[in-house]
Amino acid sequence: MTEIVLHLCLLLALPPLLVGIITRTKSWFAGRKGPPLWQPYLDLWKLLHKGAVYSRTTTWLFRAGPIVTLAAALAAGLLTPLGAATAPLGFSGDVILFAYLLGLGRFFTMAAALDTGSSFEGMGASREAAFSALAEPALFLVLAIVCVPAGTASFAEAWASPWQTWGPAHPALPAAAVALFGVLLAENSRIPVDDPTTHLELTMIHEVMVLDHGGPDLAFVLYASALKLFLFASLLVHMVLPVPPAGGALGTLVFGAGAVAVAVAVGIVESITARIRLLRVPQFLVGASVIAALGLAVLLYRGTP
Amino acid sequence: MALLSGSALLAAILGRRDRAALAVGTASAVAASLLGGAASLLALRSGATPVWRARVPLPLGELRVGIDPLSAFFALCICVVSGLAAVYGAGYLRSYFGKRRVAPAVVFFNLLLASMLGVVLARDGVLFLLAWEAMSLSSFFLVTFDNDRDEVRRAGTTYLIASHVGVILLIALFALLGRAAGSFDFAAMKRIGMAAAGLANVAFLLALGGFGTKAGFWPVHIWLPDAHPAAPSHVSAVMSGVMIKMGIYGLLRVLPLLGPPPAWWGAVFVLVGAISGVAGVLHALAQHDLKRLLAYHSVENIGIIALGIGLGLLGQRYHNPSLATLGYAGALLHTLNHGLFKGLLFQGAGSVLHGSGTRHLESLGGLYRRMPGTATTFLVGSVAICGLPPLNGFVSEWLIYLGAFRAGATLPATGAVVALVTLPALALIGGLAAACFVKVFGVVFLGEPRSDHARHAHEVGVAMRAPMLAAALACLAIGLWPAGALALVAPAAVCLSGAALPADLGPLFNISLMATVLVALIAALALLRARLLKARPVAQAATWGCGYPHATARMQYTATSFADPVLAPFSSAMQIRTAGGLPEGIFPAEAHFEKHVGDMAGERLLVPAWRRFLHAAHHLRVIQHGRMQLYLVYILATLVALVLWQLSGAMRR
Repeated sequence: MTEIVLHLCLLLALPPLLVGIITRTKSWFAGRKGPPLWQPYLDLWKLLHKGAVYSRTTTWLFRAGPIVTLAAALAAGLLTPLGAATAPLGFSGDVILFAYLLGLGRFFTMAAALDTGSSFEGMGASREAAFSALAEPALFLVLAIVCVPAGTASFAEAWASPWQTWGPAHPALPAAAVALFGVLLAENSRIPVDDPTTHLELTMIHEVMVLDHGGPDLAFVLYASALKLFLFASLLVHMVLPVPPAGGALGTLVFGAGAVAVAVAVGIVESITARIRLLRVPQFLVGASVIAALGLAVLLYRGTP
Repeated sequence: MALLSGSALLAAILGRRDRAALAVGTASAVAASLLGGAASLLALRSGATPVWRARVPLPLGELRVGIDPLSAFFALCICVVSGLAAVYGAGYLRSYFGKRRVAPAVVFFNLLLASMLGVVLARDGVLFLLAWEAMSLSSFFLVTFDNDRDEVRRAGTTYLIASHVGVILLIALFALLGRAAGSFDFAAMKRIGMAAAGLANVAFLLALGGFGTKAGFWPVHIWLPDAHPAAPSHVSAVMSGVMIKMGIYGLLRVLPLLGPPPAWWGAVFVLVGAISGVAGVLHALAQHDLKRLLAYHSVENIGIIALGIGLGLLGQRYHNPSLATLGYAGALLHTLNHGLFKGLLFQGAGSVLHGSGTRHLESLGGLYRRMPGTATTFLVGSVAICGLPPLNGFVSEWLIYLGAFRAGATLPATGAVVALVTLPALALIGGLAAACFVKVFGVVFLGEPRSDHARHAHEVGVAMRAPMLAAALACLAIGLWPAGALALVAPAAVCLSGAALPADLGPLFNISLMATVLVALIAALALLRARLLKARPVAQAATWGCGYPHATARMQYTATSFADPVLAPFSSAMQIRTAGGLPEGIFPAEAHFEKHVGDMAGERLLVPAWRRFLHAAHHLRVIQHGRMQLYLVYILATLVALVLWQLSGAMRR
């Protein structure tokens, strides 16, 4: 019971903090002081207390978009390990459901963008569709690398800290980690794929899709994207760090430190790399797939650890 | 019982007057579907495999019909999808009154139903081929219903040629099997098995070609995107929803007759499935015609089914029964699911055509306000076909994914590599399908109308909306309660793999749970939002145009633009043709831009092959002079040769 409460607390409370850490890291690199770490919480609070303005073109789908996206992300969060290996609703085969729940959220975000009839939002939806379709194979290859040696497609058993079952030596694991980090950057609209702080609509991907949302809807959208970043970070942390499968205080501590480290790493990448051209993004994503596929091939032919 | 309903269908086709024929035909089709559906449910539950024999004065012996779980499952799919389509057709065909004879459409629709039931119930090669041919011909007449349009006639010809090329292969297949077994009875063929491996491999290739043409595997799918859009929409629903599945049924019926499968059969299925899936969805993305787009999605879904069958075959080869059952169960459940949501989507496309008068994506838009019922059910179908939870498409894809993960963990490296191709392929297919259906739904139903057609669209009648609603509810029901659907699939899957379902399919309960949690979370968040916005200002305004205040409906993102970045990485594998270009100069003249995507398989592979064949056939002209005397000489020479052959045989004896 306490584990479930802990899981829910981490799931609900931590995500905006990661966004704050990324912003802070970037301002440190830029030589600025930067906003406080809890600024994203304040933003969400402010947005939740506002009214809303809707375009006359839109239907109920536009209003449903943020709700479905957030609900899907929360449901996915009930499957992923956060500190302890077992999640409240995890089951055998939950890794597939995880990926498809995020897909459901994306479907409704894109549909809501098209609902406004704005060509900018259509453009954003189109790019999101293109890049996420290429990110999916990479994600599933990573899932395969971790799940195949464990013999099961469940987070609880396969992700129960591969560090201990594998040992650090097998080359497949770093390949999977690199590919997953690439997918994380792409799926969460981070540099070098997308720039969440750009100010020109023509160059945006995710931000331009949600231009018309305001008030509580925008709060839902922002919270859902922070949640998605947190979930990908948790997969990465459990893959590369020796988190004790039983969880407990130590597990939560290691996990928390790992999540902060991932956020800092994202901030560093955002600070020291430039955004690649839109036409080059597919190459970035195919690259992630190729790395993961190589890792999987090594794993199958060199034998499982 | 199902046979009875088949004959009831035939009896009903005698209506002379259009209205009467439509009423009688629909009523009998629905009654037959209900009866047949109930009968197949009973057969599935009892698991009995009765066979009836009928002596008929045919040179090829007696005809056998029978039912087993596999037949019963496919009969169930046929009855569900066709029953809904028949109701829809009753509303849809009404618009043709006074313009065209409707009776033939009803007659051939019911014949198509009867012959499909015949195909799944046949227990010997001869009856199977007879029913198969009846199915192909009745659907040909349905495809050419609008036969005053040029492209419809062309589509009909393509379809006729393709299905007969397929039938030639099937005749060869059954002749081969029948010769080896000494009888056309399926049971006898099964008893014999294909002792000689070479013969089994030849039979496998014949079956793959023959049934694959009907199912629409890449690259022999080229008839499909022409023929399905040409037919009236309720017929497209049946053709795409169940008729092409007869190819899958044929494969599943014949492959067990050939003995234990070698590994390369499974590999062929996985590869064909992956290529069909990805090529199908890519070409779908590139289409501007709503029904043609849906037809390409059938190629994609057939690919997914083939992936499942491939895993099933690999499971059999490596004696991994739980993998085999998972693969087959996924493939079969996807067959049912695809029938439901593709039927729904084709009917939705028919309603769009009926309500707005066009199915050209670039002139639609904003239909949600004008046809809310159609739009909502179409949305359900779109989410389901993308394989997203909490709907039915997810369940079958989940089974196939699970099979692939299990194969990767348990098979030896070579088999595992083949099986693991399924994972990225299915993931890519899913991502591209989501892109495609966001495009379709967004461009057709959301935003502002792009033309007067869309501006003046109207909602369709209840007879057309009700079957769509029923199919949408069925999609949701299977998504929320997959264990119930698996109970229908399990007997057929077990009958193919010969092993019980893996015991650890308890997670299906978790899928129900998660689907419920998801629905509950959506409801809770919707309530939260309503509470937050209560007593706060909620205003209506124009869409934010990024500072530009005069945006018009024609400036909206189009389907072509939406698909462009998705297709860009694959452009070298597609036949993209563009015309026109950017406006140029200080005072630009009117500019236009068009983009069409041809079919790679057709234009690069099949058409050149056909040309080469024709070129080779030119050499045969030497013996074709058109002179009557010469042909008489040929006949005489043939007869003399035959007599000599007989005589020599008699002498040797």
